[in-house]
Amino acid sequence: MTPDSLVIAGRSFTSRLLVGTGKFSSAQAMKSAVEASGAQIVTIALRRMDLDDPGQDNMLSVLDFEKYLILANTSGARDADEAVRLAHIARNGGLPPWVKVEVTPDPRNLLPDPVETLRACERLVKDGFTVLPYMPADPILARRLEEAGAATLMPLGSLIGSGLGIRTADAIEIIIEQAHVPVVVDAGLGLPSHAAQAMEMGADAVLVNTALAIAQNPAAMADGFRLAVQAGRTARLAGPGATSREARASSPLTGFIR
Amino acid sequence: MTDLALVLEHAGRPDVVAHLSNSDPKRVVPLLAKKRLDIADLALLLSPGAAPLLEDMARRAAAITRSRFGNAVVLYAPLYISNHCSGNCPYCGFKNTMNIRRVTLSLDQIRKEAAVLRDAGIRHLLLVSGDGPGTETDDLCAIARELKPLFPSISVEVPPLSQPDYARLLSSGVDGVTLYQETYDRCRYHRLHADGPKEDFDFRLDALSRAGAAGMRRLNIGALWGLSDWRADALSLGLHARFLEKECWRSQVLIGMPRLHQVPGDFAIPHPVCDRDFVHIIVALRLFCHDAGIVVSTRERPEFRDNLLALGATQFSAGSKTHPGGYAGDVDGGSQFDIDDCRSAAAVQDALSQKGYDPVLKDWDAGFLC
Repeated sequence: MTPDSLVIAGRSFTSRLLVGTGKFSSAQAMKSAVEASGAQIVTIALRRMDLDDPGQDNMLSVLDFEKYLILANTSGARDADEAVRLAHIARNGGLPPWVKVEVTPDPRNLLPDPVETLRACERLVKDGFTVLPYMPADPILARRLEEAGAATLMPLGSLIGSGLGIRTADAIEIIIEQAHVPVVVDAGLGLPSHAAQAMEMGADAVLVNTALAIAQNPAAMADGFRLAVQAGRTARLAGPGATSREARASSPLTGFIR
Repeated sequence: MTDLALVLEHAGRPDVVAHLSNSDPKRVVPLLAKKRLDIADLALLLSPGAAPLLEDMARRAAAITRSRFGNAVVLYAPLYISNHCSGNCPYCGFKNTMNIRRVTLSLDQIRKEAAVLRDAGIRHLLLVSGDGPGTETDDLCAIARELKPLFPSISVEVPPLSQPDYARLLSSGVDGVTLYQETYDRCRYHRLHADGPKEDFDFRLDALSRAGAAGMRRLNIGALWGLSDWRADALSLGLHARFLEKECWRSQVLIGMPRLHQVPGDFAIPHPVCDRDFVHIIVALRLFCHDAGIVVSTRERPEFRDNLLALGATQFSAGSKTHPGGYAGDVDGGSQFDIDDCRSAAAVQDALSQKGYDPVLKDWDAGFLC
């Protein structure tokens, strides 16, 4: 194992950047961005996959299944039953038994349903899946998901696709502090600086999609995120000094005391 | 009066009507930077005073569309089951006084049509029919069950149904409902549909609410542009979309954009909508409803249609035939309307790719429902 790996459910990854595959202009643009990101975990919406005809499926046919862990997500699911069903379809279709649970009953704000997310996680863990739940930034829910056997916690930084950055910092800090599994900040990261901030806060990884897909140059933006995640992680490991809202004089008033 | 009808009454409020006839662009400018627009704002965006700001509105609409939908464009195709209709809507090619060959496809003929569409790559299917025999809910359920293995998503565009009927369709594998109000102007609606099967304005108006309550995932509303004053209809359409987004919050709301071009025989289009006004409607609705899918059919010509993608359109029909039996070619019933975009589904995909869009054939999975 290389130093400072991200370990999820016993599997090691050198990259701490996960990427999604939606909203790109073409499968080729998506592939270039994925490569530039250095990501090893790539999420795909199961509803977009044509598992009956994978050769015809643009997204599936350009991604190297040997190189990446393809993580099916259940986006579009309105409740636990649907998410569980989709996860089984993905596994029966030949995908690895890893699933990113997304239960978002409101198609406009796409906020995760905490109750149904927990139910889906409990059932899928029992069914032998490695479950990575997309969740509201709620520290108590994080504890419950961890108790249910979640392999990671994936709290949202802000509304999915919004690019607003981390608006839930206080709650995410608590989640990070109490977690025994990796915390992946997911949703709302619009710029590399947002990703760096998440890593500096102590997140184990981040997931981005829209920020890459709608950039003028998705591959270049993916490279920017890759560097930012590394920078933020490096800074976190370096042990940042305390911050203060007040200036601290380098020649303090009490410096004369022996 | 139903809740929705009450909401739509607001479109007739004197202050809102005054906004709709505003001629001052300066009153529109601040709205371009406003995060969430209300009914008065939408009226101003649709007003003549907004016309000089169309380019600014288009830029804002493009940014919203790109942020919410990225570069993906969902493709679908209609499958006409029947052109029998007891109605006599003067603008429709299926009206009962039209002298066309009437056909209701058998299940076997439907299978052949479906096979052609499946081979063309289509995965999102829209079943269309009038109200003739062979198109009852039981028939539609049987057709949906038959086609479900071939198409991950099946929607219907049929006359309005009861909530239990929508629930039965859902359990047979139908996940979306398309139903256009034609016009939200009650008086004009009644004049156009007097004494026919579409006579009941409110039963039609509330159909999508019933479909949403039954659990349908996609609710596609619309007005038929050309029948009535477009500014007033677009205002009501926006209110309808907002109402459904609030009341049927688990469903995706889509806005269809059918526009009358050619019409049968002696009917003159009462309020023709030019290209510029058509674009005005799309960008105003995008500014008002950030998350609504906007559907543009093959009624529009190819180049014009493709240019609408940047402004707000998110879904296209492709390779469409608008008469029963049109795909397999072994039956030839009369058409509902002439199409202006005759490209094949493959040609539409190529054109979209060249313009930097990802043509999405599958954006739904049967596993959600079964």
